[in-house]
Amino acid sequence: MKNSLLSFFLKIEPDKKKSPFMHTLYDGFFTFAFAPNHVTKGGVHVRDGMDLKRLMFHVVIALQLCYLFGTYNIGQQHFSALGMYEGFLEGFHLKIFYGLVQILPLFVVANVVGLGIEFFYAYKKGHGIEEGFLVSGALIPLVMPPALPLWILAISVAFAVIIGKEAFGGTGMNVLNIALLSRVFIFFAYPTTISGDDVWVAGLEKVDGVWTASYNFIVTGVLNPVFESFGWATYQNGIAVVDGYSGATPLSLAAKGGWEAVTARFTPEQMFWGNIPGSVGETHKLFVLMGAGLLLYLGIASWRIMVSMVLGLVVTGILLNMWDATPAMNVPWYYHFSMGSFLFAMAFMATDPVTAAATDRGKLIYGFFIGTIGLVIRVLNPAYPEGWMLAILFMNVFAPLIDHFVVEGHISKRKSRLTKLANS
Amino acid sequence: MNRGKFLFLSLSLLLSSLTEVAAQTNGEGSQFLLNSLFVIAALVFFAIVIQVSDNLMAIEAKRIGADKEGNHFGLMPRFYELVGSKLPAYLKNERVIISKKGFDIPLEGKAESENLKVSVHRFAVNPANFKGISPIPKVVVEMGDSVKAGDPIFYDKSQPDFIFSSPVSGEIVEIKRGEKRAINEIVILADKTQQFKTFEKPNIATVSREELVKSLASSGLMTLFLQRPFNILPHLDIVPRDIFISTFDTAPLAPDLDYALKGQEIAFQAGCETLSKLTSGKVYLGLDGNGDSDAASIFTGVTGVEKYYFRGKHPIGNVGVQIHHIKPISPEDKVWTINVQDVAIIGKFMLEGIVDQSRTIAITGAELKNTGYAKVPFGASISDLLSSEEVTADHRIISGDVLSGTEVSKEGFVGFYDDQVTVVAEGKNYELFGWLLPLDMRPSVSKTFPGTLLGGVASAANTNNRGEKRAFVVTGEYDRLLPMDILPQQLFKAIVVNDVEKMENLGIHELVEEDVALCEFGCTSKQPLQSILRSGLDVIKAEG
Repeated sequence: MKNSLLSFFLKIEPDKKKSPFMHTLYDGFFTFAFAPNHVTKGGVHVRDGMDLKRLMFHVVIALQLCYLFGTYNIGQQHFSALGMYEGFLEGFHLKIFYGLVQILPLFVVANVVGLGIEFFYAYKKGHGIEEGFLVSGALIPLVMPPALPLWILAISVAFAVIIGKEAFGGTGMNVLNIALLSRVFIFFAYPTTISGDDVWVAGLEKVDGVWTASYNFIVTGVLNPVFESFGWATYQNGIAVVDGYSGATPLSLAAKGGWEAVTARFTPEQMFWGNIPGSVGETHKLFVLMGAGLLLYLGIASWRIMVSMVLGLVVTGILLNMWDATPAMNVPWYYHFSMGSFLFAMAFMATDPVTAAATDRGKLIYGFFIGTIGLVIRVLNPAYPEGWMLAILFMNVFAPLIDHFVVEGHISKRKSRLTKLANS
Repeated sequence: MNRGKFLFLSLSLLLSSLTEVAAQTNGEGSQFLLNSLFVIAALVFFAIVIQVSDNLMAIEAKRIGADKEGNHFGLMPRFYELVGSKLPAYLKNERVIISKKGFDIPLEGKAESENLKVSVHRFAVNPANFKGISPIPKVVVEMGDSVKAGDPIFYDKSQPDFIFSSPVSGEIVEIKRGEKRAINEIVILADKTQQFKTFEKPNIATVSREELVKSLASSGLMTLFLQRPFNILPHLDIVPRDIFISTFDTAPLAPDLDYALKGQEIAFQAGCETLSKLTSGKVYLGLDGNGDSDAASIFTGVTGVEKYYFRGKHPIGNVGVQIHHIKPISPEDKVWTINVQDVAIIGKFMLEGIVDQSRTIAITGAELKNTGYAKVPFGASISDLLSSEEVTADHRIISGDVLSGTEVSKEGFVGFYDDQVTVVAEGKNYELFGWLLPLDMRPSVSKTFPGTLLGGVASAANTNNRGEKRAFVVTGEYDRLLPMDILPQQLFKAIVVNDVEKMENLGIHELVEEDVALCEFGCTSKQPLQSILRSGLDVIKAEG
């Protein structure tokens, strides 16, 4: 099997000179299926089994639980807005398939656009296709609102990959985190699609001033007949939301009415277990923590960044609790972990090695400032109640500066050590 | 193992406290109580499960007899495992340098502690083995000449007193020339009974440094020294600040130097005394502090040198790492290093007046039928050494270790400074999803491989590149593999952009290729770090 697949692959290899683009494309897929037969030359004779593909793929594995729950939660939030199927298993197939209908297009569009641009630049520059977008493409759908229009997603991904990465030289050279750059692009260019109370639950449309359920053709034309044939419940257009419904996230409630307003709608358990509206992948805190734990255990993500980011949040949170001037400031600091996307940002965004500080000490400073600045934005910013995206991008810009000072400090420490030992 | 247990404990603590925080509700006391009870019940349940499995593990360990050497089996760490293990008794009153950085690459094919029956007939002197001499040396022998061991073969044109001598007695059978009449190899066919040129023995106690250098240079023994920075042959006029010797080698499949030097106590002591004449400073000996019992008495018993113990993983046995911890080099300093077996060669010269450049070299590699040691002079023919093995084009022969050795052909010769020959399989095969689901064991620093997760299962490595070259992406991975107070990644980037001042400030002069070879092995982006470092050193050397 393996050999026939290999000989098939080797047979269809396009000519590099005649069709360079096809060759780049082929090379990308071939190296994905088969580890190449290159051997070491000069330098070490034996290499570590780890390469960038494997590293990136383990981050993607760590994200899988978030994908699983994100898919379910799109459906769950949709139906709980309608007041239907409130229990975990009630209408399970409806929730899962509705989630899939929303999340698959997000995933496909993000990856087709992003990888397409990567392939094009790899061909233009004449190098192999690099793995950088493997993780970005998995992260982007998870940080978007579930009902984001696909064309906006496509533009934002294109912007992030071209301006954010390829303009700087490709994988490993970018200053800003690609997934967050695409999100922040939407945030500034199309703010109504990613902020406010109406964007976090998918499948609702305002008809005569009332939010009602509305489904696209795939749901009514494909899924409904299938479910009907099994005798299962189906989706029904036009059901109105329950009285007093609001799609507000815990954070926007906290910004307006403080902790009281949050607990009036959500219980802390509910926020921890992810049964809240929000971006696709960040709501289930335990699954995010499990992903973070996997990355830490395998040594892929930096514990320094995670720990110092938590410290930054705790310190700032306690200070803000003591100040207690606005409603948002009275949210107990320990509940900031389960509201919003702090943990997701900590585990998957801040730890991106390319855009974070590179030195060990720099990572501590970098993470601490993200924790601090992010919470300040979350609590004090009146317009937008979440801060990690902006805080991480902000610190991405400052990471080289932090590293510069850490390296300078290292150099002067080295000098004093040399003189000390020389005199001994 | 200790760290894994610690992580497990703290993770479970963290998880349980988080669940607790999450379980708290506002106001309703009964609900809170119920939740707390639930959490406690869950904790107790898990504690029982862990306790039972812990005991089962201990029982199983006892059954298969794995708990003999005081090893502790079980999930829960003992207290002393958390606070760090105690030093063995012999290190109590010694100067010990401990490093947690580094990595011992687990490879199959370590040399068995026995001498192999090999007979080597052909030897070669290769000017390319010597760094820092003028490009084409002056050869003083011709085809067909007979030489004794210790007779001059060629000399460096910039230092005519600096002689490179013959390893054996025999007949010059070939002088291979390369491009622009450069000399590749001068091949000698050895006599059946070896004859040594006799030199006037310098008296160790009374000889002056000048005379000693002259005597060593004329017998070809100055070639045994290397000068840092740059790892080049020393200049005869330079008096080194100190001389450093590492008495153990932590490189993959490296020879056991205790074994190699067995029975050479007197020569080694004489060699150390000679070295202390050559420097204005001291002679430093780096000793192995990893064992449960003390290093071999040949090293611990030697007098007149400064001894430091080193405890840690590769590259802690590299002399460059040891220099860094004992007394680092500033850009202006010049220090010498010498291999521990070569100290005994110098000692023998001082005692007997002959140049016997025989070293015990390890013949290693999982691809060989028999591994072991052979005592041969330098430059031994590979085909003679491996005559009883079937080495094909699917194998790579390395003079040295798999990290910093050089590839040689079967018709080639062992390098001058190498005390090891390694044979590994060439990895010229395509592997289906090899990056994701490797089917055979391979060495790795990363815990994403089960072999590493289980604590380093030895494997027969091959030379596959394991991926393609990429830009620097991962940060901090070199720091974990270089037990020195140096920022490797920043240094490499400074070299790549040719920032001379930064290179010097970041300590490039403290490094040679073998010190960063492990970083190159573990590099996720498959960067050629050794050649990057050498290009930086060349720039610094050219700047003067």
